[in-house]
This record gives sequence, C-alpha cells and structure tokens, in this order.
Amino acid sequence: MGAVYRARDLHFPNVVKRVAVKEMISQVRDPAMRETLVRNFEREANILATLEHPSIPRIYDYFTQNERSYLIEEFIEGKDLEALLSESPGFFLEAQVVQWALELCDVLGFLHDHKPEPIIFRDMKPSNIMINNYDHVMLIDFGIAKTFQTGQKGTMIGTEGYSPPEQYKGEASPLSDVFALGATMHHLLTRRDPRLEAPFSFNERPIRHINPNVSIELEAVINTAIQYNPANRVPSALAMKEALVNTAQPPGAPPQPSQVTDMPKIKEADTASETGKLAWKFECEDEIRGTPVCNNGILFVGSYDYNLYALEAASGQFMWKYATDGGIVSRPSIHEGTIYFGSEDRRLHAIIQRSGKLSWTYYTDGPIRSSPLIAENHIFIGSDDGFMHAVNSMTGRRSWKTDVGSPVRSTPIIFNDFLFFGTEAGDFYCLDLRGQVKWRFKAKRAVTGSAIITQDILFFGSVDATFYALDIKSGFVIWRFRLGKASISTPCLVENFLFTGAIDNVIYCIEKNSAKEVWRFSTEHQVTGSPVIQKDSLYCGSVDGYLYCLEYRTGRLRWKFKTEGPITGSPTACDDNIFFGSTDHRVYALSI
Amino acid sequence: MKGFFKKLFGGTSAEKTIPTEIESLGTKAKKASEGVETEPIVTAPLSSEVFVRTENAYYPPQFTFGCAQSNGKQRDHNEDALFSLSTILASDNTNIPFGLFIVADGMGGHQHGEVASSVAIRAMASHVIRKLFVPMYSTNRETPDESLQEILQNGVLEAHQDILKEAAGGGTTLTTALIVGSQLMISHVGDSRAYAIYPDGRIHVITRDHSLVKRLEELGQITSSEAATHPQRNVLYRALGQGEPFEPDVSTYPLPHNGHLLLCSDGLWGVISENDIIEIIRSSTNLQDACHQMVEAANKAGGPDNITVILVRTPE
Repeated sequence: MGAVYRARDLHFPNVVKRVAVKEMISQVRDPAMRETLVRNFEREANILATLEHPSIPRIYDYFTQNERSYLIEEFIEGKDLEALLSESPGFFLEAQVVQWALELCDVLGFLHDHKPEPIIFRDMKPSNIMINNYDHVMLIDFGIAKTFQTGQKGTMIGTEGYSPPEQYKGEASPLSDVFALGATMHHLLTRRDPRLEAPFSFNERPIRHINPNVSIELEAVINTAIQYNPANRVPSALAMKEALVNTAQPPGAPPQPSQVTDMPKIKEADTASETGKLAWKFECEDEIRGTPVCNNGILFVGSYDYNLYALEAASGQFMWKYATDGGIVSRPSIHEGTIYFGSEDRRLHAIIQRSGKLSWTYYTDGPIRSSPLIAENHIFIGSDDGFMHAVNSMTGRRSWKTDVGSPVRSTPIIFNDFLFFGTEAGDFYCLDLRGQVKWRFKAKRAVTGSAIITQDILFFGSVDATFYALDIKSGFVIWRFRLGKASISTPCLVENFLFTGAIDNVIYCIEKNSAKEVWRFSTEHQVTGSPVIQKDSLYCGSVDGYLYCLEYRTGRLRWKFKTEGPITGSPTACDDNIFFGSTDHRVYALSI
Repeated sequence: MKGFFKKLFGGTSAEKTIPTEIESLGTKAKKASEGVETEPIVTAPLSSEVFVRTENAYYPPQFTFGCAQSNGKQRDHNEDALFSLSTILASDNTNIPFGLFIVADGMGGHQHGEVASSVAIRAMASHVIRKLFVPMYSTNRETPDESLQEILQNGVLEAHQDILKEAAGGGTTLTTALIVGSQLMISHVGDSRAYAIYPDGRIHVITRDHSLVKRLEELGQITSSEAATHPQRNVLYRALGQGEPFEPDVSTYPLPHNGHLLLCSDGLWGVISENDIIEIIRSSTNLQDACHQMVEAANKAGGPDNITVILVRTPE
C-alpha cells in the first residue's frame, strides 16, 4: 500500500529540482514485526542507492516516519509501457519492441551480476517499465515495495500473468526475470494482456497468429524465454540480448514491408489457387442492393431497376422478371410456390413462382425496405409507414397492423409465438401474434439490421454502434459489445461465434456467451451487408467492392473477389455456390 | 412441422447460418402441435385462442432453494459467506422469476478472510439489488441502464474496491449466479464452483477454478490425483482483494430446465465427489435437507475447510 508523489527538492531553492517520493505504508500492527520491515526496507534502500545504471532511477534519500517509509528518487519524465500500450491504436513495431527489450536485457544482466548476491527484479511487466522522453527504458518499482506486503498464507505470489511458474512456489532466480521479460514482450507484440488470461497460457496465443507482422525469429526467441521449465529457457538475460540482436535486421536494410501493413499477409500462390471461381454473372439495368434467395434451383433477386428476376441458379439463365413500380432492396421469401417481397412502390407483392404472374399485392403507406417473414399462414413485414403489417398469405388481406412510430426496415423474426423487430427510431419490439406490444427496448439509434435468436437470446446490431444481446422474455440487455461505428448488418451464428459487419469497415467475430471479441477483419470500406457461413468459411461483401471469404474460426483471409461497384447487400450460400449482387448492376455466382 | 419451417426459410442460407434457431423453432413448434391443436390455421382475422398456448408446467415458474453452512471439523471460525434471494412477481403477462445466489470463500490471516468474504457478498448483493432488482420491480418498470453482464462485472469491481478499503490484505473468491427469466449469468473469481445438474443426473462444472493447481493440471503438468493432494492446492492466481484489477469471468449459460444449480465453496467440492452430490440430491426429501446432507458428508469425510452450499431448483 502506498503512493508516489511528484515533489520538489527544497535543498535547491533557486532551481526547480523534481523528485519522486514513494510512500509505503506498513499494515502490520505488531511493533516487532514492523521494526523488522523497516530494517529490511532500509537495507534494500541502501543496496538500491549503490546501483548505478542508466536504466535504474537514482536514489537520493530515504526515511521512516511512524508507520510510513519514504524513498526519494529520480523523477522520470515519460510514460510507462502500460500507458503507452493502451494509448497506441495498433501493434508496436517489432524494431521498437526489440530496442526496448535490448535495454531491459542490459539492466537485468546488470542486476543479476550484482555481487555478492544477484538482485532479482521479480516484477517485470509493462507498468514497471518507464519510457523516458529520450525513448530509453527505466525500471521502476523495485521489489523493495514488496517487503511491506507480508505473505498472507501464500494466497497470491507475484503478479498474475507475467510471473513464471516457479515464482508461484516462492522461488525466484535470474531466469524468472527472463520469463517475465518474455511475457512482457508477448504482451507488447500481441496486445493480449496476460493478466486477463490463465497463467502460462502464452503458447495458446502464438504471437504471429495474432500479429503476423512479427518475424519468425523474434517469435522463436520469445517462445524460448517463456518456457514453463527454467532449464529450457534462454540461459540468461545477456544470452537473451544476444539472441535478440541476431533477430534484428542488418543495419541499413530497408524495413520489411510486412512491418508497415496491418493486413495479414497472403501468399500470392494461395490467392491464385483458392480464389472463388466465377460460375456466371447476370447483368440487370440498375444496382442490386438486396439479397438473393435460392429455391429449387432458381435464384430470385430484386434490383433497383424495379424488377424481380428469376434466374436458373446453375447457369444464370434468365427465366422471367416481374416489374414493380419501385426499387427492390430487400430479400424475397418463398413459401408453397409463392414469392413474397416488398418494393419501394409501397407494396408487398405475392408472385407465383412458376410463372412470375401476380397473385396479389398489398398496399402500405410507405416504401417497403423490410424483408417478409412467413409464419402461421401470414406474411409479417415492416414498412416505412411506421407500421408492422400482418397479411394473410392466401388472400393478401390485412389481419392487423401495429403502429410502431417509425419506419421498420429490419426483417421480423418469430419465436415462441412472439414477433421481434427493430425500427428506425431505435425501438426494438416484441409483439404477440395479435399485434399487441409485449415489451419494447430502446437503443440509442436505429435498429436497421435484423435479429437472430438462440437459447432465448436475441442478437442484433444498431446504428448506435452497439451490438446487443437481449433476453427474449423480458427485453433486458444481457450484454453489449461496442463496435467501432454503426452497424446495419444482420448477424449470423455458428457454434458460439457471432459474426457481424459495421461501417467501421470491420467484420467482427464475438463469443456469444461472454461477449468477448474473438477476431476482427478489416476491409477497405464499410461493411453494410450480412455475413453468411458455409462449411468452414465466412462470406461477406464490403462497400470496397470485394466479396471476402474468411476462415470463420480465425478470421484469416482465404480469398477475395472483386466486383465493379460497392457490395451493400448480403450473399446467399446454396449448395456449392455463393450468390450475391453488386451495385455494378450484376448478380454473381461463385462456385466454392 | 419441421418441413413447414424448412419451407418457411426456403432452404436458403438462413437455414445454414443459424442452425440452432431453426432447430429450436422446429422442436418447439412440434411440441405445441402435439399438445394443443392440430387444425391448421387458415383464416384471418387471427383469433386469440390460436396463438395463446398453455404450458404443462407449474405456474408461475419460480426458483426454490436451500442452503447450508458449516465451519468444518478443523477450523474454529468461518471465512465463507453466502447470499440467496429468490423472488417472483406474477401478474397479467409479465412474469419474470428472479434469483440471486452468491458464495464467497475468504482467505488471508487475522480476521481479514472473513471480513473480505462478507464485504464482497454485501457489495455484490447490494449492487445487483440497486442496479437491477429495484428498477425491475418499481411501479414504472424501468429497464436497467447497464446490461446484466455489466451489472455483474461492476459488482465484482465494487467488491474488489471495498475489500481493499475494509479488509486490506484479505482476499476472497466470489461466485455469483444471477437468474432472470431463463437466462443464467455467472460471474466468477477464485475456486468456488457453480454446477449445472440435469434431470437425468448429469452434473457439469460451469465455472473454471482460478487455482494454480487446476492450471497446472490443465497444462498436463500434474495429474488430477496429484492436484487433489498438492500442497499448493489452495493457491489462487485470481482472487478479489488481491493483485491488480482484472476482468472476472462473466458469461451467460442456458439454465438446466427442471434440474438444479449448485453453488459451493471448495470445502464441499474438494471433499466429496460429484457422485456423492448427485446421490444426496436424488435421495433427499427437499432442497434444505439435501444441503444439510452434503455438509454432513463433507464433515464426515474430515471437514478440513469451511463448507458452504446453495442448491437451487430450476423450473421446467
């Protein structure tokens, strides 16, 4: 327990000399015990005072007053690595981390060589390493502070995360500091805080898996430093320094291009061999912003040219088209030979699948951008008129409509006889099947994307840049996940992984129970469409014009396929094909 | 019926991307059709009978529980603490049963252990009550401004801060089960445990022990029998009131329907086996009785540590 003060040394009244005053408060009540502690403190202060090293702050004085002891030391202008780490948006450059590590090896070597007894630092971690204004490292917070933390029945020893296994048994050697240095470098290079992970779990988070820019050589040195068994580690801090020097690039060599890119590097050969193969493409007269649907070998897709197209899924051969009086931006639904879809002409259209002929239409008072849900012989669809409509699927007659106060562009979903959907005002509704409001949740901004449900939990994203998990019965928020920016994408779920896109260009993978981010993948522009999973791949379009294929467990890029315009809608997977539209007016079919 | 839903989604990507949802939709619909009505619904307007289905369960659903605590045979004082709360508000169409169950196992010399566990339990319980319980049952039925997981997370941090203030040097485990409706949320630090027990007698540990020995066992460095007798089996790498700020394990789990939820300190799980636990639950007449029998069994086996048990019965 204690604090560090920034103080001014009044021995020098005419100049401003800054010092750091470290205060340590004894919690021990027994006077004899306290006496021992103070003696230990003074002994260690004396040792510290004799240490002369550019990476160790100088000690000017120490004293004890009542239950408090004070150490007066050099004031260091700068920031500790923990602060630098949390301020920096991306990974530190390898060369930077290696430079710091080399200096740390120097100072550890110096301490370990101390005579008569080696000094073990015991607590190497980012928050104990200051980077001064000249970009050199300073070790702060020597073990001296710990003499005041009396062992409480051995509940906790050492700092969780960075300490080696033997330190948990009360043993510390120079090799313990080597381990902690390796752990610190691991943290700096991966941005994964080991205090948030189980101890000794570094090999479950290989550095290059998280940050592919790190060289194989450096990863190997760090892996040797963080070996579980001390005998398998780099034998000393100086040996570690030597190994690190060997990984550094020869002087004058240009920086490796991989160090400046943020994207995982893909080998050219892989890209060529694994890319999605174009099966066919079909040209409409205007942009395609909706999502196609495949049924019995026929692909249905709406276009901004006002038409709904029926194409042979295998060949892309035109079968028929049906004209509405407005753009079609949603996904059609198919049930018992009839295709249902909304158009910006304000109508819900029911078309006979075989012929493309009209069965009935149903008018709302606003453009329809929501996709229909078919259940219980009814079509449920939202409209920009601010109502949720329930329409009899046979007759096209309205059963009810419920005023929800603002346009509904999300697709409703039904579960346990309740209907769920979001609105442009940010309300998320639960209605019963008679149209009565059961509960309502308010997001801060629009809920344009649609929800999915599993295990009585609703998942959806909002324009308020939050991804929500809601209890289906009460509407209570179980968890929230902050996205970089708004999301209008509809998530998909496989195993415990949730996938969604956001307009910060990112495709996210989130663990559904704990709300922890599993991975993220950055495209070059907004991700407004929804990802789909087929086999072990995730497919998702981006406004940068590419359809991306990622390994869904890791977020690694498998290949990407270029179209001539932004992709705003979602792909559809069917058999061995992926179908999607682009604003370049084309429908694409890729065989996978 | 399943075919109907298959058609409903048109055999499109929806079917492949959200299999869990389709599955549960399918089975739910099947159940409903077996039980209540078989006539297809054809005409509008929708009549109220059509969509209101009865469930063959006790109504209203509720969480009943028992609990028990003992010093054990080898300790002269108790460093464990427990809290339990189960409420029900059944009215018109809102009916969300609420349960909050907490176990803490204190550690550290002097009186710090028992103070730490008690401080932690108070901090967590009062935090959840203030942030969730009160708004939930207020007349204007406010929704909490934090998510349920955030409430638990902040409760843990508050407990951590309170221990630093009121029981400096002490530490404690803290395992909290919050049940709202059918959602089970658990926040967990240390080596107390939560178990899910299913109607068919299966028992699963939900929590992950933050103990050094458990970790060494996970890494294959020692065997589970070595772990059971390891001299450092009480060493935790994560505990409240100790170390730097950290993130507690907070996660959501499906509630075992028509089964049990068991929360206990290592004075129970470290002493009697999972089979013993199942046997006792099976043979006991009620939850209270089951808890006392578990404590008895642990004491009979030597009672080396304080024992705390909460057993919750979950509705269908």
